[in-house]
Order: sequence, then structure tokens, then C-alpha cells
Amino acid sequence: MTASKLAYVRTDEAPRMPPPVSETGAIGWVRQNLFDSVGNAIMTVVGIALLALILPPAINWLFIDAVWTGTSRDACIVEGAGACWAFVYAKFGQFMYGRYPDPERWRVDLTGLLLIAGLVPAAIPRVPFKRETVLYLLVVFPIAGFILLTGGDVDLSGSFWTGLAILAVLSLAITALICRNAGIAPASPLKIVAAMYLALAAIFAVVSFDFGLRPVETQLWGGLLVTLVVAIVGIVASFPLGILLALGRRSKLPAVKLVSVIFIEFWRGVPLITVLFMSSVMLPLFLPDGVNFDKLLRALIGVALFASAYMAEVVRGGLQAIPKGQYEAADAMGLSFWQGIGLIIMPQALKLVIPGIVNTFIGLFKDTSLVLIIGLFDLLGIVSLNFSDANWASPNTPATGFVFAAFVFWIFCFGMSRYSIYMERRLHRGHAR
Amino acid sequence: MTENAVNAADITPNRSRMTVSETDVAIEITNMNKWYGDFHVLRDINLKVMRGERIVICGPSGSGKSTMIRCINRLEEHQKGSIVVDGIELTDDLKKIDEIRREVGMCFQHFNLFPHLTILENCTLAPIWVRKMPKAKAEEIAMHYLERVKIPEQANKYPGQLSGGQQQRVAIARSLCMSPKIMLFDEPTSALDPEMIKEVLDVMVSLAEEGMTMLCVTHEMGFARQVANRVIFMDAGQIVEQNEPEAFFTNPQHERTKLFLSQILH
Repeated sequence: MTASKLAYVRTDEAPRMPPPVSETGAIGWVRQNLFDSVGNAIMTVVGIALLALILPPAINWLFIDAVWTGTSRDACIVEGAGACWAFVYAKFGQFMYGRYPDPERWRVDLTGLLLIAGLVPAAIPRVPFKRETVLYLLVVFPIAGFILLTGGDVDLSGSFWTGLAILAVLSLAITALICRNAGIAPASPLKIVAAMYLALAAIFAVVSFDFGLRPVETQLWGGLLVTLVVAIVGIVASFPLGILLALGRRSKLPAVKLVSVIFIEFWRGVPLITVLFMSSVMLPLFLPDGVNFDKLLRALIGVALFASAYMAEVVRGGLQAIPKGQYEAADAMGLSFWQGIGLIIMPQALKLVIPGIVNTFIGLFKDTSLVLIIGLFDLLGIVSLNFSDANWASPNTPATGFVFAAFVFWIFCFGMSRYSIYMERRLHRGHAR
Repeated sequence: MTENAVNAADITPNRSRMTVSETDVAIEITNMNKWYGDFHVLRDINLKVMRGERIVICGPSGSGKSTMIRCINRLEEHQKGSIVVDGIELTDDLKKIDEIRREVGMCFQHFNLFPHLTILENCTLAPIWVRKMPKAKAEEIAMHYLERVKIPEQANKYPGQLSGGQQQRVAIARSLCMSPKIMLFDEPTSALDPEMIKEVLDVMVSLAEEGMTMLCVTHEMGFARQVANRVIFMDAGQIVEQNEPEAFFTNPQHERTKLFLSQILH
């Protein structure tokens, strides 16, 4: 047998050896991540130097030299004092509740607890009764929160009730007429409409019932309370509205499309400050005498409509990424338009744009501080308002206040961000290969 | 064109089970015309499909074969002529369109499974929401059909985790869960690797043997020979020739058909 020079047969197995020290453990990590090239090594050194420059004074100011206790500015104007946390401590109630009357603040706390009691089980996927939780969050909680925060006992006149009754009768008649023209059995649509009005009437009845709570005007609300009310109402209202607008903008019906486009382009084209100004200064000029909307309510509507225009464009981006085949498959299976949208298209589209949606939510959350310009004091507003308190005027008071406000905003935004990342990972399974 | 994966000689077709009703019309298309803007895509289409009939539609790309079968369940709208499916005429009436879609199943070239739902959920979605079936019953039926297409073990996976052939079989099972009277196949094997074509065609053959009314746009000539009652050749938006498979392949009449066949059959 003539063996060619290329032929090779392994006779013994090559031994398995542990990797060299430079590849594993702490040294390996440092080498791979911090010093794997000259450029990176320089960046690492510069980075460490910067941290060494910034961190110690920051920690000093924030914690070590900070004044933690005290009842007035005297504690904070000592030589070399850092952050004036005593100021935040003394004003904490105001920062949270604004001028909400002291003995009634338990109502705000209770509302917050009710919200957390709904949000936590809704946010954790493993907790059962999702449908009930969502129902609680979207129906029971808003009514309870409204009554607790405002005191309920809304003054609804007799003419309001007759108006509602007339509206109900009219709607029933129109439904019956539509059903007759379309050849649908009118019983079930009529039932739905009637149930809707009964529910509305029940809500109004509850809201106008006197629970014996002291009424607290929204003028007195402030601080984190206002920030959260504006942000949460804005988020909850803008999300479904945005979805509808996005669908409207892609609709084949010219009228629906036109209305959606005009709405979106109008609200997106106007600064939020203008919207808020218009709602608080100009709107009353157009309303008849005696009709007076609550200022906070007007701001809420403005913010919600403003945010919904942004939301619509984000959702539309997601809709455009869904292949035509998905619509066709839904159609071919006999799903109705809304079934197809709700079961097939939206779940995929919304999952795709979670980052964009949360981006809009975070933007909305921070934009709430603009309500300051119409005389509502949100967290940031009330913090800066307190800088002018002569009792606490010190060189470090404003900085401390801003750091505190920034930290509170950051907590909420970071929370939303983390939760969205968690949801993204959870929903990603569908595309996993 | 893909080489036919199912060798006609492999399987002895059980023609006796493949009964075609002589009186029951499943689909009747009369003088149907369709335009995309100025472009006349379908010209004077006349086609009568009996219950239990299995029709293979072939032709060069752009000849309008997909468009024609997509008109049958209103994924495309025709402008002239009439289409009657299962006794219901297709008009703008949404209720009638939904009625037809409930009875007509469709499989697409790119499967179009719903990527956010599991295989089982893909199969139970329409029975639950359209047929208002209880979930347990829908799942039982879905498992039955998943067993038929031989992938019951994948029921809880997501479409992205399956191979193309498996996905197409799921798509067939998904359509069958609605117990359709008519099945439309729009190039079901064109996006598949040669190895996977056979597994899909096997499912389609067994479906044909059970007497399902089928319209199938495909270039799988082996499949056409084995199960079709009729082969239709389309070109430039018209039906150019139709015949029994044997006669169609061995003795094409029209020049265009001869040219087409000479290019795909070597």
C-alpha cells in the first residue's frame, strides 16, 4: 500500500485542557471588556478618571455633607453644607398632595392603594383573574378614585337626567332603525344599547351620591397627585384613542381617513403649551355663561388628545409592519374585520411597537409638568414654588428640590421602561426559532 | 419549475373513492372579468366546479391563476360577471362574503400562520370565534386534524419553530378545522424545499382521496396526474385549455400549452 503524503489518521484522542487564565475569570473579563484594544484601554482609563472626578463630590454633596434634619433654613446655611434634605422632609406632604387639605389626605393615600391593588395583579402575568382585574382597573377604580379625590356628590340637575333619558330613547330608536334597514334582529343590539345607558345612569347616580366626604376642589390638588392624575388619565385615554386613529388613518373609507389625518396632524402640529393655554384661557370664551369646566378636567382632555395623536402614529408604524398575508389569512378564515384586527393584527402590531408606545408614555409623563403654565402645580411646579419660601431659602435648597423631583420622575419612568422590556421579552416567544 | 416530488407511479390512486357529483355544483364562475386599474388581469373566465372535483390550475407566472382562485373567496374583487360559491353569489354584501369564507378554506404560498399564536391556537381561533364553538371541542377537532397532518406533537409550539413543510401542514389543518366544503390552494409548495414538498403533497393527496372539492394552483405535475380530475391551463388572464390530466399532459392542443409543457416537463 503506497501511503500518500497527505493521508493522516488520528490514533489517539487529543486531551481536553482548561482554558488559559487570560480567558476566564475576572482577569479574562477585564481583558475582554475593558482593555481589548488600545482605544478601549484609553477609554477605560479616561472613564475611571471621570468617575473619580465626579463621584466623590456628588456623594459628598448628596449624602455625607447633606443636612438631614432641621426645621428651617438655619440648618442648611451652615458652612460647607450639602443637600438640604430637611427641606424635602418638611415639605414632603406638599410635594405629594399639593394644598390638598391635611385631614383629607388619607383619601389620596387610599386611592393610591386601590390603584396599586389593581396594577400589581394586572402587571404580573402569573396572577389569575386578569379579566376581573382589568374590569376593576378600568371601571371600578376610576369611579372610586373620582369619588375619593373629589368627594363625589356631583351636582347633577334634573335637566341632566331628562337629557340623558332623551338621549337614551333616541339612541334606541336609531339602533332599531339601523337594524331594520340592515335586516338584523334588533333584540340583541337594543339590549346592548339599553345596558350601556343603564350603566351610564348607574355611574352618574353613584358619582352624584353624597357619601358624606368633604368636597375638595381640583384647585387644591397638587404635587405628585396632579402629576399622576394627568399622566395616568392621559395614558389610559390616549392608548385606545390612538389605536382607533391609527386604524382610521389606514382605513379605506375616505371620510374616516380624512378625519383621522386632520385630527392627528392638528394635534401633532401644535405645541402642548398651546393646547393647555387654549384649554384654560380660550375655551371659556367660547362656552356660554355659567357653563364652567373644571380647569384640571380641561387640561386632562387636552393632554389626552395631544398624546393620542402621537400614539396613533406609533401604532400605525406597527400596523405597517404586519404583512398583507396576515390580513388575508384572517379574512380567508371568515373572521370579521374587528375580529381580525383584535385577534390577529393588533396583538402583533402592538408588540412590535412596545418601545415606541412606552416612549410616548414616558414623554407624556414628563410633559405633565407643563400644566404649571395654566396654574396647576404638579410635582415640579410645587417643588419650585417652595423655593420662594423665606423660611427655607438657602443656597442648596433649589438644587436639593430639583434632585428630589428628578429622582421621583426617574423612578416612574425607569419603572415603565423596565416593565416594557420585561413585556417585550415575554411576548418575543412567538418569533423565537 | 420544481421537479415533481411525488412520483405518480409511487402511489396507486384509488380513483373509485374519488367520486365526483354530476349534479351538485360547488363553484360556478360565469363571464368573470377583473382589472387592476387599466390592466385586464382576468378575461372572460368561465368555470364550473362540481362537488368532489379536484382541479389543478397551472400556467406561467402572471397568468392570473392566483388572482382567479383568490376571487372565489373575495380576497380579490371581480368587476364583471358572476361567481356563485355553494349556491351563494358573491356580491358586496359582507354577510354573504363571510358565509362563503366560512365554507371555503384556503392555503397560501407563504402559509400565513399567525406567529403570535401557538399551532393549536392557530387551529382553534376560527372555530371558536367564527363558528362559536366551545374551546374544548375546538381543541379536540384541532388535535384530530393535527394528527391527520402528522404533527400533533408540535401543538404547543409557535409557527416560527417549525419547518416550512410543517408550517404548511399546519395551515392545511387550520383550514380543515373549519370543516370547509371547498379548499383552495395557492401554490402551496412553491416556497418549500424539495424535501418538504412531498410531506405537504401527501396530505393533499389524502385530502383528495376523501373527496374534498379542491382547486389547486400548482406546478406539481405529478400531483396533477395523480389526483386531478381536470387540469386548467391559464395564460394572460384567460383559460387557454382544460382537459383530463392524462390527455392534457400527453396531448396538449393549444400552442401555448405545448410550449409551457415543453419547458416544465423534460
